[in-house]
Amino acid sequence: MKTNLFYRRVAVIGAGLTLFKRRIVETPREMSWVAARKALDEAGLELKDIDCVVIGSAPDAFDGVHMKGEYLAHGSGGVRKMVSRVFVGGATGVMVPISAWYHVASGLCQSVLAVAEEKMSPARPHPQSVFRYIWDPITEKPLNPNLIWIFAMEMHRYMYVNKVKKEDIALVSVKNKRNAINNPYAQAPANITVDDVLKSEVLVWPVNLLDVSPVSDGAAAMVITSEDIARRYTDTPVWIEGVGWTLDNTEWTGRELAYPRYLEHAARMAYKMAGIERPNKELDVIEPYDPFDYKELHHIEGLMVAKRGEAVKMLKEGVFDMDGDIPSSPSGGLLGVGNPIAAAGLMKAISIYWQLKGTAGKMQVKKPVHTGLAQAWGDLMQASTVVVMRN
Amino acid sequence: MEVHYLKEEELSRVYTVKYKPNAKYAYTAGQAYSRFLLGLKEKKIIGRKCNKCNRVYVPPRMYCDDCFRPTDEWVEVKDEGIVETAVASFISWTRERIEKPEIVGVIRLFPSTDRDWVFPGLFHRICVEYEDVKDMVVLGKKVRALWKEDRVGSINDIECFRVVE
Repeated sequence: MKTNLFYRRVAVIGAGLTLFKRRIVETPREMSWVAARKALDEAGLELKDIDCVVIGSAPDAFDGVHMKGEYLAHGSGGVRKMVSRVFVGGATGVMVPISAWYHVASGLCQSVLAVAEEKMSPARPHPQSVFRYIWDPITEKPLNPNLIWIFAMEMHRYMYVNKVKKEDIALVSVKNKRNAINNPYAQAPANITVDDVLKSEVLVWPVNLLDVSPVSDGAAAMVITSEDIARRYTDTPVWIEGVGWTLDNTEWTGRELAYPRYLEHAARMAYKMAGIERPNKELDVIEPYDPFDYKELHHIEGLMVAKRGEAVKMLKEGVFDMDGDIPSSPSGGLLGVGNPIAAAGLMKAISIYWQLKGTAGKMQVKKPVHTGLAQAWGDLMQASTVVVMRN
Repeated sequence: MEVHYLKEEELSRVYTVKYKPNAKYAYTAGQAYSRFLLGLKEKKIIGRKCNKCNRVYVPPRMYCDDCFRPTDEWVEVKDEGIVETAVASFISWTRERIEKPEIVGVIRLFPSTDRDWVFPGLFHRICVEYEDVKDMVVLGKKVRALWKEDRVGSINDIECFRVVE
């Protein structure tokens, strides 16, 4: 990676979330407005103080409205402003703060409102059917694939190569749903056991119902500003110190699925910017993307927080618990909070922001935290986005 | 303003818009896939090779992603390979429950070795029992394509991949 590392410092000074729920009454625009208003209130800014708006939303098909960026613009405060929509599938949520970051870091904008929204539940009979159109129309779609298939294939490969047992992977679901009990925005908080996961409905072996995050609606927003503005409005800004993103090819049938190389590239870029050399020692709290429980472990390895195949061992030792050395998904993650795709990724970044600001309430991890990381992932084992923050 | 969610009784009154969009697509297979599909008709699995990095693309590509140059030659790979991963699906693509699970996976086709990080690979059905998937015995097994009698030049010309050893 060769990048120009001369840029302005960028801070986060406000954030807002809606409830994550299935079948929310509010429209996508209304949800965006709720989250955006909350973020402005936390920052102490008004819409007139915002220079540009970044909107993140995954495929149009979920909300049932095409041109979703344009559709969401006025709920997101984007009318007659510089507005852009970013979209890299499931990785969108963290691409939103990254995009806001480069708006500010470049000097183009002083303050950006970054909004992510997804309404998964309108699709009938099930949002699964909408995913059909992400597959190759010639070589894959004729086999009538379901989205869960590919992730089940990746999970099984991960289990096979690293000799990981299903009951160990289920511990991620147990941990994250338990963490979500502390999160007032969460859709699926629960005190469950490994047995509950193993006995839940088998969807696509080796994936059971409780291995998967639920279908959700929700929105999230962040106010991201230059250092000058941040100093004027808050004594406790949280700095975005490293960003990274990569897109791999769609040839997922022709590569080793046990390890997420797309993520390693993105993580290396973010670590280089943030000056992190030993992620397993220097990161205090992480929010790896967890739409499936194995995915959190897979990503912890891709982030190089654990060596290949060793994330499970660290999980069992309690390293990733709320009171562990590197608490992972203290928000409850997608498994616990819910998965309105783009909003879920931004929720992860917001979770880290609140942890570093010290305002995470009951979600606050036990140890003092100074460096945190949020990550998202999407498409056909393809895209990854990473953001490193410090207080 | 705080958001709330629809209650069960409200859902019974939900208004659903139903229509069939008049949106039909005629996809082009392109140069590479066209040759690939014609190959399937003759029980052949055809790929493209990049002579710079030696990568074999199956399904084929006219360009090499990494070298960003044209791939050089057509190659025929074996209709045999190793099961990289396999799963058993109990749900349809619309998320309805199905009783007999459908078994699919990724096959790393020969010539390739288990040390390759990129390889010619196909996503397809594998004809084994659910127990073979559940116990992971099918992973790493050698399989061969079971061709259909009537072939039309489609990925479905292969019925599935069968274990051969």
